[in-house]
Amino acid sequence: MAAALELEGLARHYGEREALKEVSLSLERGQTLVVFGPNGAGKTTLLRVLATLLRPHAGSVRVLGSALPDESWQVRGRVGLLGHEPLLYRELTARENLRFHARLYGLGEQRVQEVLESVAMSARAREPLRTLSRGMVQRVAVARAVLHDPELLLLDEPHSNLDPAAIELVAPLIGAASGRTRVICSHDPSGDLSQADLVLGLRAGRPALLRAAVDVDPAEISELYR
Amino acid sequence: MSGVQAPERPVETARTAPRTVGLWPTVGALLRKELLVELRTLESVPAMSLFALSTFVVFHFALDRNSVEGDLGAGILWVTLLFAAILGVNRLFVADADQGGFDAFLLAPVDRSAMLLAKVLTLLAYLVVLEIVAVPAFALLLLGPPLGPALPGLLATLALGDLGVAVIGTLIAAMAVRTRSRDLLGPLLALPLLVPIVIGGARATEPLLVSAHRSAPAARWLLTLGLYDLVFGLIAFALFDFLLED
Repeated sequence: MAAALELEGLARHYGEREALKEVSLSLERGQTLVVFGPNGAGKTTLLRVLATLLRPHAGSVRVLGSALPDESWQVRGRVGLLGHEPLLYRELTARENLRFHARLYGLGEQRVQEVLESVAMSARAREPLRTLSRGMVQRVAVARAVLHDPELLLLDEPHSNLDPAAIELVAPLIGAASGRTRVICSHDPSGDLSQADLVLGLRAGRPALLRAAVDVDPAEISELYR
Repeated sequence: MSGVQAPERPVETARTAPRTVGLWPTVGALLRKELLVELRTLESVPAMSLFALSTFVVFHFALDRNSVEGDLGAGILWVTLLFAAILGVNRLFVADADQGGFDAFLLAPVDRSAMLLAKVLTLLAYLVVLEIVAVPAFALLLLGPPLGPALPGLLATLALGDLGVAVIGTLIAAMAVRTRSRDLLGPLLALPLLVPIVIGGARATEPLLVSAHRSAPAARWLLTLGLYDLVFGLIAFALFDFLLED
């Protein structure tokens, strides 16, 4: 079976600015890549390229065995993205939002109920999202990201706005126990390094650190932010 | 630095292949979501309707006439409907752009044309509601001849005009929504493309709104509207996927 991610010389720019350059790595299925780097280092851009939302401008990118951007259609529906934005409509309730997403993936009401229960949002599922706390919205966003049981999870600071109990609650869905291949963007070496199989450190879009997690010293990650 | 690989960890779960969802179920899901969001926010249709009503009142006083008919009446009706429609066009993709709906849609294994169809149908629904309010108000405030006999011909003309406005409006709104000056750019791009619809619509409506010698809408103007709708429908289908892409 092909690796989950195979990147070779990936580059992406916004106008003149290079957001990613010379990113090469390989990640096996079921493994976790944790990406560290200061704000603007290219972490979110990397996730959006892997999610097929941005086209790579140079290099080769294979996600779940399919080459991007030519075979993007084979990747869609197999990836779950949890970014800074919850990708949910504020005026709709949690249930209505998830029902809408379920229809886009050909899933039924039963799956919507399952994921609502798994993030403990059944009781508040009939309230518009704009009336919920940010932590609750993030729990619904987690439910949205795993609704279609994706093989690859792309997580951009997935625990932001979540309290410790909620972090524990979503762990079976987006944590290592989920068994999914994961790419996590993080600023928290103490929390997320332990989850990693592979660590990528980005600085100004270029890899400044790329190593198996067991060989990474937390001090090296702190160095990325200096 | 290239090709670094993590040590092997034999974790693998067998997951089912993603289902692909057909075009019409996707259109249905999107349309339902659009109408639900509009019902909750009431951002577009009430604004469009109030704009049309206000404009008729302004014309009533500005023209200093109790009634209009013929070419003047048809012109007032179509220009008012056009500007009211622009309000809906401007808001058509705002929730998707601001709340991540575009990304969510692009991640799903669905035909992108579904969004075009859903947005066209949404805008059509807005226009129908607008006209249910605006046309009787026009008849009440401005129109001299009775509306009843003109209604069948007027409905056919409005239907062809609405289709064109919905297709062109959706295409332009999708272009403008990701720009910083979307509120300005949308109308600036849409108006020149919508002018032929106003011309065709007004010319087809004119013979319906006269007191004497009332006749059916001119077939050539209806045909013009139909052809214009068809051409822009094909252009929209050809371009829309590219507008959603990065």
